[in-house]
Amino acid sequence: MAEHAVLTLHIPEPAVRPGGLPDFSSVRIPEAGSVPRPNIDADPSSIRDLAFSIIRVLNREGEAVGPWAGLLSDEELLEGLRHMMTLRTFDARMLMAQRQGKTSFYMQHMGEEAVSCAFRKALQPGDMNFPTYRQAGLLIADGYPLVDMMCQIYSNEKDPLKGRQLSVLYSSKKHGFFSLSGNLATQYIQAVGWAMASAIKNDTKIAVGWIGDGSTAESDFHAALVFASTYKAPVVLNIVNNQWAISTFQGIARGGSGTFAARGLGFGIPSLRVDGNDYLAVHAVAKWAIERARGNLGPTLIEHVTYRVGAHSTSDDPAAYRPKTESDAWPLGDPVIRLKNHLIQRGAWSEERHKQAEAEILDTVIAAQKEAESHGTLHSGARPSVRDMFEGLYAEMPPHLRRQRQQAGV
Amino acid sequence: MPRKTMIEAIRDAMDVMMERNEDVVVFGEDVGYFGGVFRATQGLQAKYGKTRCFDTPISELGIVGAAIGMGAYGLRPCVEIQFADYMYPAYDQIVSEAARLRYRSNGDFTCPIVVRMPTGGGISGGQTHSQSPEALFTHVSGLKTVVPSNPRDAKGLLISAIEDPDPVIFLEPKRLYNGPFDGHPDRPITPWSKHELGEVPDGHYRVPLGKAVVCREGGAMTVVAYGTMVHVAMAAAAETGVDAEIIDLRTLLPLDLATIEASVRKTGKCVIVHEATLTSGFGAELSALVQESCFYHLEAPITRVTGWDTPYPHAQEWDYFPGPARLGRALLEVMEQ
Repeated sequence: MAEHAVLTLHIPEPAVRPGGLPDFSSVRIPEAGSVPRPNIDADPSSIRDLAFSIIRVLNREGEAVGPWAGLLSDEELLEGLRHMMTLRTFDARMLMAQRQGKTSFYMQHMGEEAVSCAFRKALQPGDMNFPTYRQAGLLIADGYPLVDMMCQIYSNEKDPLKGRQLSVLYSSKKHGFFSLSGNLATQYIQAVGWAMASAIKNDTKIAVGWIGDGSTAESDFHAALVFASTYKAPVVLNIVNNQWAISTFQGIARGGSGTFAARGLGFGIPSLRVDGNDYLAVHAVAKWAIERARGNLGPTLIEHVTYRVGAHSTSDDPAAYRPKTESDAWPLGDPVIRLKNHLIQRGAWSEERHKQAEAEILDTVIAAQKEAESHGTLHSGARPSVRDMFEGLYAEMPPHLRRQRQQAGV
Repeated sequence: MPRKTMIEAIRDAMDVMMERNEDVVVFGEDVGYFGGVFRATQGLQAKYGKTRCFDTPISELGIVGAAIGMGAYGLRPCVEIQFADYMYPAYDQIVSEAARLRYRSNGDFTCPIVVRMPTGGGISGGQTHSQSPEALFTHVSGLKTVVPSNPRDAKGLLISAIEDPDPVIFLEPKRLYNGPFDGHPDRPITPWSKHELGEVPDGHYRVPLGKAVVCREGGAMTVVAYGTMVHVAMAAAAETGVDAEIIDLRTLLPLDLATIEASVRKTGKCVIVHEATLTSGFGAELSALVQESCFYHLEAPITRVTGWDTPYPHAQEWDYFPGPARLGRALLEVMEQ
């Protein structure tokens, strides 16, 4: 009998831990403009390369180049910049509000603003997103009132969700933003179901699923891809790969697969990777996938390659699990600065106007915050009633809940 | 009036609702072309087309998760989990999503879905085709849980469930599909065609959710039962001669506590019977409620007769199953107290 070496278990590790020098040498970044743009009805087997490359539009000089460029006007890009700046300012104020004890919890988008802001602009009214907790740009870019978002974060008397949900778990059917669960990945398959319903009813609306790199490991992700593939559902399935799932680097969920996008190939789903810090690239790829879905050509899987600059939430400190300067070393840069530089390069923007816009946006956000806080914050001022706790669970309150409400004295 | 099996009655309910409402869709494993392993959806695909009734991949979380998305869109999915024993992969979707969607979105989104599942034992199904997981649903805020015991109720309850604006778990005691099984596996099967509750009206009718029914009036004690155990209780009362008042709950949540209270206040004694395991079973909740609301009317401790706290066995099925002999002994013991 042949002798074998003993078995050993492989535990993946990130390239660097705290104290080390950031190292993204393993992240291969193709030249902007170098990835071809296939027709939307291309045979999925002919575009498998797109699952291993990165579609990019903005180059180092701030120019929009290649076949995915040229879709957006100056006005549209300026609006996009404003959305991203608003989201960033909103985050900064809400993060501070959490530190001041005005709410229990917050999650910021720093570095990932382009993903949700640009995607939203490729959708049409009536389409439905099934987001995770880091896509508030979908709301901001659709004009959802900042005050309403803040009232939800504060769980105050004007909270549209009556204080029932943890901060940032918004819901707005009107703005195509499905109620956020807080459990990960569950909504991916729901997006597919919603899209199937739209197809069953011969509607023209499409659905969009969102998931993070870490939660692609959940079975819900697999179920969603199976259903989307089997029924050719009109759905765009997004993976936001921001490199970190709380303290766990993306290699733990990715395993031996080359990329997250590659997960889609086994299902025959066209699967693309896009520079998630490039507003123009995200928008162009979103538009391509959305056109496919609306054209009855079936699902698309998009991996947005980005980086979570901040902590996962207000409950963790990234310095405990990754080098402090890692975000500075991220090779795809900052989405706000890149779009700003592009607009300046186009002659549509300037440093002065940018500074002025920053000040205006800060004023707007502070005014919204003042108004929201006039309706209370989590631990002070007006709040939803105790009665609200018992109501709205069923269309009609069943007897046992009625009894409990009476016991609670409301 | 036409006589139907419970399977035919359930199929009839879906047929009636699919005919009346184009938003009703039916899907699950083997549900489409073949018509389901228990034949509950037989003929529906041929009649309503493949987009109204179809097969799914073997993914219970996929079935329920997709149904939630469809419900949010505005459809009325009525989905099948092939056996209640297979529902666990879908449990997160049921508990964290379906049950809470209306509440957490403050009514912005709702979840008008029905999840049908064959439940209970008595079919030599072993531990993965025999379970009664109802307490795992009644424990969850936001769900309704229904367990019919006969064809006439099954059709009316399923129609109510499909029309209900909130998620309903519809547990079908599979041993009752073909007849009113009274817990005697050695006796010939009585078909529903010989039972008055096998008479199922044609067309649309509702049996309201949340309303129990007294299926045998009596003065000696109250027996609270649902599903298969309703028939076992009837047999046990007949065989022991105990003048039991037998209540068929039909819906576990919302619970018709008023009917239970009125009976226990009259009889002063209460026996609770279910096929599911004892500890933290729905009988524990019933017992607590009866104690809280009828304490001064009780003349004996509340007694529970249930499956043992073991997995559902194969060879020892009839030692596990709380049949008429075990229930009968309990009734006689309670009589003596």
